[in-house]
Amino acid sequence: MKTVVIVDYGLGNLASVVRAVQRLGSRALLSSDPLELLNADRVILPGVGAFAIAMKNLNHLGLVEPLKEFAASGRPLLGVCLGMQLFMDESVEGGAHPGLGLINGRVERLQEFRESGVKVPHIGWSNVDAAQRDWNGSILRGMNIGDHLYFVHSYYVIPEQDADILATTRYGNNRYCSVINRKNVTGCQAHPEKSGEVGLGLIRNFLNIPTV
Amino acid sequence: MIRIIPRLDIKGPNVVKGVNLEGFRVLGRPELFAPKYYENGADELLYMDAVASLYKRNNLSEIIGRAAEQIYIPLTVGGGIRSIDDIRAALRAGADKVAINTAAISNPRLIEEGAYNFGAQCIVISIEAKRVSDGCYECLTDAGRELTGKDAIVWAEEAARLGAGEIIITSVDNEGTGRGFDLHLTRLVSERVGVPVIAAGGAGCAEHVRDAVLIGKADAVCVASILHYGSLEAMAVAAYSEEGNTDFLKKKVPVTNRSDHGRRGIQPTSLPELKRQLAEWGINVRQSNRSKNENGSNC
Repeated sequence: MKTVVIVDYGLGNLASVVRAVQRLGSRALLSSDPLELLNADRVILPGVGAFAIAMKNLNHLGLVEPLKEFAASGRPLLGVCLGMQLFMDESVEGGAHPGLGLINGRVERLQEFRESGVKVPHIGWSNVDAAQRDWNGSILRGMNIGDHLYFVHSYYVIPEQDADILATTRYGNNRYCSVINRKNVTGCQAHPEKSGEVGLGLIRNFLNIPTV
Repeated sequence: MIRIIPRLDIKGPNVVKGVNLEGFRVLGRPELFAPKYYENGADELLYMDAVASLYKRNNLSEIIGRAAEQIYIPLTVGGGIRSIDDIRAALRAGADKVAINTAAISNPRLIEEGAYNFGAQCIVISIEAKRVSDGCYECLTDAGRELTGKDAIVWAEEAARLGAGEIIITSVDNEGTGRGFDLHLTRLVSERVGVPVIAAGGAGCAEHVRDAVLIGKADAVCVASILHYGSLEAMAVAAYSEEGNTDFLKKKVPVTNRSDHGRRGIQPTSLPELKRQLAEWGINVRQSNRSKNENGSNC
């Protein structure tokens, strides 16, 4: 049975991620231990809350370098929601805060309701649409264009390279990147563990990526 | 996309509905309602502890745990959430969000602390509003027993400013009547705050849900009776605990019985039927993927 390390860095309700992984037949190990992370077959970086606090916690726990090392090793790494945002170079949330720098680009705040006409946080089910890339062989394999995932967020990522954008989502009048991917590193702005059967399918794809 | 959120009021081991002169009418077991609603396309679920204020605490941990095992959509839990510890306990038990009313009004700092500790998206502020004069509404707490002298719209704005991720707005005057939402109230709140607003209490038919969105500008709608009564026939009558007022279930009252005063004005429906109608009226709702696959292409 595969073991997925789910990084526990003090943010967010991890139980749903654990449950989803277990439901799909893998073992979920909640850990904040750098060695356990480095020895994992695959890693999920979840997270809800603030970017700055998240990076502070990761630094405090000595997980920043291990995460970068894990990403460099080629083993599957999945970032969910805030976890995905942490993969970027930096976020403007509360100043300018450096992220893990796994994918070039930054994190910006969604336009407020007064300007955009849509509420912030973006809460609810939204379509996941294709970008330039084919979904075959990716974590979105088997999903239909326009399938819905459940989103809860006030910030979004802006990757520098189009090649890193796997899917986009429209919210109000804006279309932004909702799934990023570069080789073994994937990020999903939505919560696949809260997105019903479609979300479970995404996680299943992640669990089925061949072991490096 | 508009969310449709079934609400289950829980008393002891049962799903209940508060009915005048009957107390809490038992409708069945949450562990049967929850997966059914999940499979039928509920966008989220809301569990309310119907008697939490009596016991001065929220007592749903086991029930939350069971639901969390069955469903993979967000679960919000409310009723008797009074402290950071209560929030943590609910989230640990499996809830994704908590709905707070009384405790937030008496201690607004709870919103800030809750948002700081768990994230704003976990903190939903529930407002029960009673119409007091033309266009004005006052907040009620303690399960509708206490007037607070606090203006509901002012409170909604303050709650959002303090860190609430969402607001649930319930008209106490309309709740349980099946005659629809207070559209004026809903719209006032939704246009004033920048966070999503969920309309709750009063839906008797699909048209009411439609109006809550198109006229009330709600971002999500919470429904109870119109779905619960539509579900009863499909579920085994024996599937409820003997605890509580089970007379209604034992009588096996037909679904469309209009003489049942507890259901006057309620037109039972199902989630797929409700969503289908909403879509026909031009409202963007998530529908079963099965119907999409027929024409959709696989990338």
